[in-house]
Amino acid sequence: MADNKSSVSVWKEFTKGLIKENPTLVTLLGMCPTLAVTTMAINGIGMGLATTFVLVCSNLVISLLKNVIPKAVRLPSFIVIIAGFVTLISFILQRYIPSLYSALGVFLTLITVNCIILGRAEAFASKNKVFPSILDGLGMGLGFTLSLFTMGSVREILGSGHWLQTNSWEGITIPFLSTHPMLIFIMPAGGFFVLGCLIAIVNKIANRKPPAEISCDNCPSAAICGKNKEQCERKEDAA
Amino acid sequence: MKELIIIVLSAVFVNNVVLSQFMGICPFLGVSKQIKSSIGMGGAVIFVMVCATACTYPVYRLLEKFNITYLRTVAFILVIALFVQLVEIVMKKIMPPLYKALGVYLPLITTNCAVLGVTVSNIDEGYGLVQSLFNALGTGLAFSLALILFSGVRGRIEQSDIPAAFKGVPATLAAASIVSLSFMGFAGLFQ
Repeated sequence: MADNKSSVSVWKEFTKGLIKENPTLVTLLGMCPTLAVTTMAINGIGMGLATTFVLVCSNLVISLLKNVIPKAVRLPSFIVIIAGFVTLISFILQRYIPSLYSALGVFLTLITVNCIILGRAEAFASKNKVFPSILDGLGMGLGFTLSLFTMGSVREILGSGHWLQTNSWEGITIPFLSTHPMLIFIMPAGGFFVLGCLIAIVNKIANRKPPAEISCDNCPSAAICGKNKEQCERKEDAA
Repeated sequence: MKELIIIVLSAVFVNNVVLSQFMGICPFLGVSKQIKSSIGMGGAVIFVMVCATACTYPVYRLLEKFNITYLRTVAFILVIALFVQLVEIVMKKIMPPLYKALGVYLPLITTNCAVLGVTVSNIDEGYGLVQSLFNALGTGLAFSLALILFSGVRGRIEQSDIPAAFKGVPATLAAASIVSLSFMGFAGLFQ
């Protein structure tokens, strides 16, 4: 019975990141890469998988080292571990998928400061055992990939009239839209708009009261400013 | 001199860090509720960006000397995190009024991707020290400008009647899209 129960909870660690606590659309973390690299669906998948790799590896290492790292220096240590894995993945991409490497550009380096990764390290990996931490990282990473892919698809289809276009393949051509693409959707303005609409749709489907703002609970920097939480809340009240 | 002015102006208007490069979106959405806090955050970001660039430039030259430039991500983020902590401590001791104004925002800046972004792109663009500093200044100004402009827009959204599902962040993003659209008008200002 106990076994059964634990396997259910382990499954939950994995699936919660996919939809219920989807990092981008529900907890509103990691917005910068979400907006920047999703002009094409394939770049969204690439970015999502690169982030998943870093997230799983850093969760693994951090949950292994959670008793070794002193509390006072945990955040710098986490950031260094994360930055190490980011360097690793950028080497791998540069060697094996150079087209993706150049498409992601500086945002590959910026995975280091992606709030999702530091957030999971602080909120989950530093408090849980190794196996659940890996699953949590995998679920959150795939949830991130899923929302990046959705957003990339919408923007690519509406903005260029193709879908899943890569360097070597023209992708699926959408009739009419490919001759009359709505360029605005692959421009920065379109990115903001599509993300806003997607969050609104998720709100509508989930019939959930949308987050009025990024509060301390899902503040991207809550992990860093833990000591200032009280101050932060007071600021929110005053605002 | 002319080149430096162009670097600053193009960072502020043409390649606005928030509205066309999508860096620093989290603080852009989080802190832009009031003009006062926008100014505070903007000031802190300008300060940290310029100083972090002044620190990371020599660090990169050092890495280059030992031929280990692949360590730059690790080195830069450590320098930034260290620097922010240091500034917080020094400011608290020496300039309490400034600390009171900017202090709350300082810890939030370590994870602001615009700061790491500007130091990395300075290297990628092959800027020298002076150019890097001006680029950092321009990027900081661009961030503040976007934040301050947008806090004005947000004040209006709060008062209007919008569909329930769009309330909050979705409406804010849609408004950001329109502000970003207006900045597209500056494209082509410089060749």
